[in-house]
Amino acid sequence: MSDFSRKLEAEIPALRRYARYLTRDADRADDLVQDSLERAIAKRRLWHQPENLRAWLFALQRNVYLNQLRRLARRPAEVPMDQVFGESGQGEAQTDRLMAREVLMALETLEPEQREVLVLVVVEGLLYKEVATVLGLPTGTVMSRLSRGRAQLRKTLTGDSPNTTSTLWRVK
Amino acid sequence: MNGKPAPSEQDLQAYVDGWLAPARQAAVEAYLAEHPDEAARVHDYRVQSAAVRAAMRGAEPAAVPERLLRAARGGAAAGRAAWLARAAAAALLMAVGFGGGWSVHGIWGTPDEGPVAGLPAEGDLPRLAADAHRVYAVEVRHPVEVRAEEAHLIGWLSKRLGQPLHAPNLETYGFRLMGGRLLPAASGAAAQLMYEDGGGRRISVYVQGDLSGTETAFRFAEEGALGAFYWRDGAMGYALVGPLQRDELFDIAKAVYQQIEM
Repeated sequence: MSDFSRKLEAEIPALRRYARYLTRDADRADDLVQDSLERAIAKRRLWHQPENLRAWLFALQRNVYLNQLRRLARRPAEVPMDQVFGESGQGEAQTDRLMAREVLMALETLEPEQREVLVLVVVEGLLYKEVATVLGLPTGTVMSRLSRGRAQLRKTLTGDSPNTTSTLWRVK
Repeated sequence: MNGKPAPSEQDLQAYVDGWLAPARQAAVEAYLAEHPDEAARVHDYRVQSAAVRAAMRGAEPAAVPERLLRAARGGAAAGRAAWLARAAAAALLMAVGFGGGWSVHGIWGTPDEGPVAGLPAEGDLPRLAADAHRVYAVEVRHPVEVRAEEAHLIGWLSKRLGQPLHAPNLETYGFRLMGGRLLPAASGAAAQLMYEDGGGRRISVYVQGDLSGTETAFRFAEEGALGAFYWRDGAMGYALVGPLQRDELFDIAKAVYQQIEM
């Protein structure tokens, strides 16, 4: 197996996560990941170290996804985050699970643009300038979306809005 | 307030994410020590980041599916994207054919006509496959050289082709494998697998090795009652030949493609 393939394999879990974020559907997500991996293999010469492979792959996968949406004249899926990511791993404490659900639902209160930046930074550990490359935005725009996204999420989670039950959050 | 300037919002965000250089980090910490409101905000941001990370990573499906591992290793000649592209190309060819603007009808011409000008080299493939089909499909007593029941059939053909071969199972389409035979080809050998349905119709899968390594879309050709879908994948060329309607043949060709190459 080539070195590149080994690196690709290591990124599969992240690609699946991002694909589920984009498609909101586990099966469609894996189809998307497969398309992305095949494309990555075909285009591997376009990746130059030390560019972060994950950022490069995310940009590629996002393009594949948007092209498919365009071709099928589909709108992005509107399945809430907690239905896609809510079925949490085994053996987790119930409070952790409730907490995860609450966080996922809180993410829904963000503008999609803010949410995507937040996820790429916080969950995938991409640098701000890498997020900018993935999304095709200036770094300044990424920064301001991150800042507003975090403020909004904090507001939701600490219960400024009357509908939110955030007891767990407060205890934590 | 003392004289230190407040860090920028950008610095605070980078502090939350742990990306500040040590000197800047120390400066931010000194500032936060004197500004409890900002310290609380930064604290909340860190906690919420950890919570988002846990929530989205906690739901990881356990095992990575084999097809994704295969794609990462570049077993992609038969990949999904390539397959979709080929299916799309085939659909386009069919649409063009039916539309009548340009037809691939009679693409391999009459026997003495030679290759049609402008045809790619794999134009030989459907011609050879169809010739072989015409010769052997009509055989009542000896349609195949080695019968399907004989365990060595596939091993023998694989060995002679120099490529592992799988006999596609086409029973979903009503066709049962009768057996196969080895045939001479321009470069090396070719194999023919013969299938028959309950009504006595016969179709054959023709496999040729040692071709130059390219990949083509599905192409369709027909002559009289006989139709053929053929494609190339790396060193191998494949054709499915039979006296079937184009769309029926296309469905079976897709199944052959998937079973042979996946």
